[in-house]
Amino acid sequence: MTSQQVIFIILAVITLASGLVVVTNRNLFHAALAMMLSFFGVAGFYVLLEAPFLAASQLLVYIGAISILIIFAIMMTRRLMSTDESPFNSQWIAALFGTLLIGGLIIFVIVSVFSPFGDIIIANSAPPSLAVQESTVLLGRSFVDPDQYVIPFEIASVLLLGALVGSIAIARPEKES
Amino acid sequence: MIPLSWYLIVSALLFSIGLFGLLARRNAVAMLMAVELMLNAVNINLVAFWRYQTPEAPAGLAWAVFVLTIAAAEAAVGLALIISVYRRRDSVIAEELDTLKF
Repeated sequence: MTSQQVIFIILAVITLASGLVVVTNRNLFHAALAMMLSFFGVAGFYVLLEAPFLAASQLLVYIGAISILIIFAIMMTRRLMSTDESPFNSQWIAALFGTLLIGGLIIFVIVSVFSPFGDIIIANSAPPSLAVQESTVLLGRSFVDPDQYVIPFEIASVLLLGALVGSIAIARPEKES
Repeated sequence: MIPLSWYLIVSALLFSIGLFGLLARRNAVAMLMAVELMLNAVNINLVAFWRYQTPEAPAGLAWAVFVLTIAAAEAAVGLALIISVYRRRDSVIAEELDTLKF
């Protein structure tokens, strides 16, 4: 077992364990902190996959912005955050069965596709290594290249602007008339 | 080196955890957090396939960045809706918001 595999397993345990805390903890604030830890583990996966730009944006956007936004929302709705009643609704057993079914199905397909006895062969082995800055250069070029993603990129920025203006309009208290 | 299937299995497990949280939690903010976990799982998949299958074409990376953008927009609008609902109904429990239920 190489050192990379050891790091991968540590990151996987951190990500999945804190993910479980997110969905089961009664205290929403603790769940939000566990969610930040889970995002941190995902950023570690991006580093292992040699995508440094995505790892940095994961830290900035998810941990820096989205988590703080969620903690703000938890604080603003805290009065109902009583910790003694169940965090789950009445259909949680059915939800657990459905989730186990879907998760088991996905993992069964992954294992059977990558097994050496399957019909489809997908390369499961090590890819050629990249220069450190190469993926960021590729990504940056593709966002300004008219043949690639310049139009989706601009549309995404307009969507983000519209969503933020819209959320201010939704959350603003109504005027008393 | 790490096999591609390890990334896919971790991503499937994280997706399943998020799906369970979305279906089973009562609090709307907790449901939104579960959605964020699911989006992260999808992003791991996209980046892993980019790295192992087509490292010369950045399609997977670009899609992951778009998913990140949409997640930020979704979190902003979702939390604004939750705060607005809380102000009117004094509740963020999804089961109690059943006006549209027939």
